[in-house]
Amino acid sequence: MSGEKQYFFDRPDNIRLVLRIFYGICALLVAADFVVHRHTEFRWEGLPAFYPLYGFVGCVILVIVAKWMRSFLMRPEDYYDRLELRNNEARGGHDDV
Amino acid sequence: MFEVAPFIPFFVAAALALWLRGWPRALLMIAVPLLGLANLWLLGEGSFGTWSVLDFQLLLFRADRLSLLFGYLFHVAALIAIVYALHLRDTMQQVASLLYAGSALGAVFAGDLLTLFIFWELLALTSVFLVWARRSGRAYVAGLRYFALHILSGLLLLGGIIFYGQAHGSLEFGQIGLGQNPYGWMIFLAFGIKCAFPFFHNWLTDAYPESTPTGTVFLSAFTTKVAVYALARAYPGTELLVYIGATMACFPIFYAVIENDLRRVLAYSLINQLGFMVVGIGIGTSLAINGAVAHAFNDVIFKGLLFMSMGAVLHVTGRINGSELGGLYKTMPKTTVLCIIGAASISAFPLFSGFVSKSMVMSAAIKNGYDWVWLILLFASAGVFHHAGIKIPYFAFFAHDSGLRAKEPPANMLVAMSIAAALCLAVGIYPQALYSLLPFEMAYTPYDVTHVLTQLQLLFFSALAFVWLNLRRLYPPELPSVNLDVEWFYRRLLPNAARGFVAAAFRLDQRLRGAALKGVGNLIEGISGHHKPEGVMARSWLTGSMVAGVVLLLGVYLLLGFTL
Repeated sequence: MSGEKQYFFDRPDNIRLVLRIFYGICALLVAADFVVHRHTEFRWEGLPAFYPLYGFVGCVILVIVAKWMRSFLMRPEDYYDRLELRNNEARGGHDDV
Repeated sequence: MFEVAPFIPFFVAAALALWLRGWPRALLMIAVPLLGLANLWLLGEGSFGTWSVLDFQLLLFRADRLSLLFGYLFHVAALIAIVYALHLRDTMQQVASLLYAGSALGAVFAGDLLTLFIFWELLALTSVFLVWARRSGRAYVAGLRYFALHILSGLLLLGGIIFYGQAHGSLEFGQIGLGQNPYGWMIFLAFGIKCAFPFFHNWLTDAYPESTPTGTVFLSAFTTKVAVYALARAYPGTELLVYIGATMACFPIFYAVIENDLRRVLAYSLINQLGFMVVGIGIGTSLAINGAVAHAFNDVIFKGLLFMSMGAVLHVTGRINGSELGGLYKTMPKTTVLCIIGAASISAFPLFSGFVSKSMVMSAAIKNGYDWVWLILLFASAGVFHHAGIKIPYFAFFAHDSGLRAKEPPANMLVAMSIAAALCLAVGIYPQALYSLLPFEMAYTPYDVTHVLTQLQLLFFSALAFVWLNLRRLYPPELPSVNLDVEWFYRRLLPNAARGFVAAAFRLDQRLRGAALKGVGNLIEGISGHHKPEGVMARSWLTGSMVAGVVLLLGVYLLLGFTL
């Protein structure tokens, strides 16, 4: 949009900078695992980088499974409305009164 | 001393609000939770207000540490939500919200089951008006479904109370537990419906997102937390709750990832947070119960904050679907920051409120040997960051630029969100204040190196997964859609089956009538056929054949006369 103010994330350089800082923190957190002695209560907890791996793999699986769920759960937006609402005008409503 | 039960100020104010307009009403609504809080502080632990029905002694107010904490929480939540809704000019919504908050207070201080039942039903009756206040067709039908399920919960509770009264001769509301009796299970199920147990959870994801921007903030605070309180009082240490809670913590996050309506995402994440509380109650040790109650406290504040920020987006843009939003940080920086504080709190970042309470439940799970449950909760913690912590702020305020250039919401909304954000930070930084209010004495320090480090690792690598999936374009885009859930059975299968049944009955009826009409037609045709010209009855007969007939008849008589 010409003439409009440039905002922070409109510049790709800024996005790259934020991402670099983020990657840096991630690397530091894993490195800390080998330096700091953690007290553990669960047998897998002691494995190096258990938490980072669990978080990363868990979330990837979460998203992939959720995406797969869409294949049989997703319906058009008016799926229920067609049955429940008699006319389209009733759909809107006031967001605030 | 003159003692006032905590629900009374709210009910009186609701009656007064009917007659007041403008500033006087606004002042009254702000004054009520503040005065109520002072009143509760003075009342402290104790009980009063006995009344009797039939042979049962009932108790209107009974406060111990458990109910007091919920009492304080509900006053704070009511204050925040009232400030957030201050710009409204809608008598129905404002009166209903005061009655609703009062009913929640009545329920947590009920000393006996019958008083609990009365406020249990009042909760349903008053809150449904907050759903209907949206005044849309969707809100109307969603409200009806919501009301039907809550009335079912109330009936189960009443049935359970009757059996309980028969068995015990007293209606005191204390530990009930599951056993070889019907009432234990009936009351458990009644609480479970209100607590959004799996298979009964859809009233929440159905009705809350259809309410008004302000109504949802009230709704998210009270109903489910009253159910958590009731479970904590009646069923602590019930092992079944551990598995129910783990399921609740886990399955909604999958739905939240693919849901488009951002307030519905929050509704799913509300069930996920309830899961942690239910697990805590199920474990039942003092650390676990404390964790569940503390998490209920924090959840009301940070989930309220998230609902408020999404309500603000809906209020100023008129949209709430992730597919239609994006780039709002440009013109709504304050709302963006407040939303991120709520997101950080629900994700349990160190220094934010979720961190100091969720960990208590997790620690209790592992200390009591629920290893698998602990792993599931850990997965749910990563997942909640993924969908509530990142998805909500990202798709509303960042992501692709939707071109919307909305202004910040009204000042009262920003003030309410700021109060909630300040509480999130205050509890996160100085958790001892909250810990001192918890039902059991304990020594627990959330901030140690291991805990902070592991939590940061978990969260940052969940975020890394989000970044990686987004950059690889593997992240599911926001799509305008509806996702099937348990509600499909009563929103689609049952109505369709009923329609099919009615249609089949009509067809059968039509066919039977058709056949009958055709039979009558044939009969008339047959009879009239004999009378038409050339018909048997219309012919002129010969006299001879008549005589022959008479002879034949006489012959038969003769024969009969001989034989008999």
